[in-house]
Amino acid sequence: MPFIPHTDTDIRDMLAAIGAGAIDDLFDEIPAGLRAGGLPGIPPGMTEQEISRLMNSRAESDGRPLCFLGAGAYDHHIPAAVWEITTRGEFYSAYTPYQAEASQGTLQLIYEFQTMMASLTGMEVSNASLYDGASALAEAVLMAVRSNRNSTSRRILTPVAAHPNYRSTTRTIVHNQGIELVELPYDREGGHTPLESLAPYEGQDITALVIQQPNFFGILEDVDELTDWAHRQGALVIAVCNPTALAILTPPGAWGETGADIACGEGQPLGVPLAGGGPYFGFMCCKQALVRQMPGRIVGRTLDRDARVGYTLTLQAREQHIRRSKATSNICTNQGLLVTAATIYMALLGADGLARVAQACHANTLALVEKLTGNACVEAVFSRPCFHESVLRLALPLADIMRPLHAHNLLPGYDLSADYPELGNALLVCATEARTTEDIALYADHLNRVIERQTTAGCPVKPRMA
Amino acid sequence: MSNIPADLKYAKTHEWARLNDDGSVTVGISDNAQEQLGDMVYIEVPDVGKIVAAAQACAVVESVKAASDVYAPIAGEVVEANSHLVDSPETVNQDAYGEGWMFRLHPSDPGQMEKLMDAAAYESFLESENH
Repeated sequence: MPFIPHTDTDIRDMLAAIGAGAIDDLFDEIPAGLRAGGLPGIPPGMTEQEISRLMNSRAESDGRPLCFLGAGAYDHHIPAAVWEITTRGEFYSAYTPYQAEASQGTLQLIYEFQTMMASLTGMEVSNASLYDGASALAEAVLMAVRSNRNSTSRRILTPVAAHPNYRSTTRTIVHNQGIELVELPYDREGGHTPLESLAPYEGQDITALVIQQPNFFGILEDVDELTDWAHRQGALVIAVCNPTALAILTPPGAWGETGADIACGEGQPLGVPLAGGGPYFGFMCCKQALVRQMPGRIVGRTLDRDARVGYTLTLQAREQHIRRSKATSNICTNQGLLVTAATIYMALLGADGLARVAQACHANTLALVEKLTGNACVEAVFSRPCFHESVLRLALPLADIMRPLHAHNLLPGYDLSADYPELGNALLVCATEARTTEDIALYADHLNRVIERQTTAGCPVKPRMA
Repeated sequence: MSNIPADLKYAKTHEWARLNDDGSVTVGISDNAQEQLGDMVYIEVPDVGKIVAAAQACAVVESVKAASDVYAPIAGEVVEANSHLVDSPETVNQDAYGEGWMFRLHPSDPGQMEKLMDAAAYESFLESENH
């Protein structure tokens, strides 16, 4: 399908037709003080040879460190076939075309993605993706406010143990719409969100409860009890899930007696490589009853007049090009290429393969925690079961530990002190299926040596035994 | 030519309004409106108890072609909504002036009914819109 940009003549004709002298005149409405002038530091143009050299040298400066860092984005093995297939010409476009049905292959792929996500989350419907996990949560909150017609409070209970970036992104997006995010504390022993934290809200008008499983600390929440509590209050349940973990954990559709109402999350673990700033993609699934309030696109399978299978956009009537300012969202299929990779990744691994990845992540993380807490200056902070992340507390300032480990080309984990200062020198560590026994031993060796150099006669901190 | 019952009042946004014996006003969309929109796939009716101003959007009709707002022709409180339409939206296509009604208002100012068009005025309004 050719995409032909406007010629200079086209542009002149169009400007003449509306009586504008130049394209810049179209932006007159934006006050001059708010408009960016030039872009200093951005060269006007570079040759392919120049840009390849520059980008390769920038990429190499990362040094391909050994990664024990998770905190929302995970270093999984991606089979070579995933991106080999994704970057074929037939798939290699970020968007569905404006006449979406002209591209049946793209629509079939999205349909298969939706089918896989619905079955992974145990929900009835999936959309065609969102921007990322954080904005997916914000969209889920907006959707819950639109959907829960029994609630007028616009109050959303949000655990402090849910991802801090997701919470701040959501606050940014929903705050000016009169929606309040009410924080639920976590249990300092278990690391989970206890049912008691909900007690102050018993009997109140609550629009929705957010439950992240596993939570930001990697800890498993009591999803059944939390879900049933919310439903008894007339609140909807928004599940935030790690898609890898879903292969072995109870899917949100089966939480409690009637299941979560909306399930969303970050799709990066499904075949998308780690990259600073993305692009990643978000996913969202829901109960059939809420589908008309769901943002984004949904592809349906149908039969044409000759009874052949065909794919079509459904619920399109609610989108921005028809509903304008009253559209459910302005999200279409922006992350289409990443969805393509995720669909191929899931198809290659299959349900059993994804479950084996999840089990290996869990086993590696337990091995990592055991190995690292073998040092007297390192203790596990929380007692509850985890998935593939765990919080460790060190007896020394984290900066003094992390700097030398970085110098060993190792990413030791995520420093929690800015988001959770009450936890002290707390480090969130992760070992996916891509980490080997040798990798874990190497981390422990480096850490032991770094600690040894900085402590003299033993360590004041005693490890807590599991 | 579409059906325009003589005993109803009409708004420029294609809603009809019927004054009932108890003083309440039943609202739906005109036969012309349902014909223009095509097959209905979803109807969102307002909550009972909602207070609406004249010309305020308070229901949504979604057809295979578009989702459109339905506006309250006069101000008042919603006293009943046709929840049957949520499961059977096609009723609006089949019987726009009968079973396809959308909500019933208790008018805050019954005099506002006089500002709406009668059948003859609505018919010429449709003709002027089509030309």
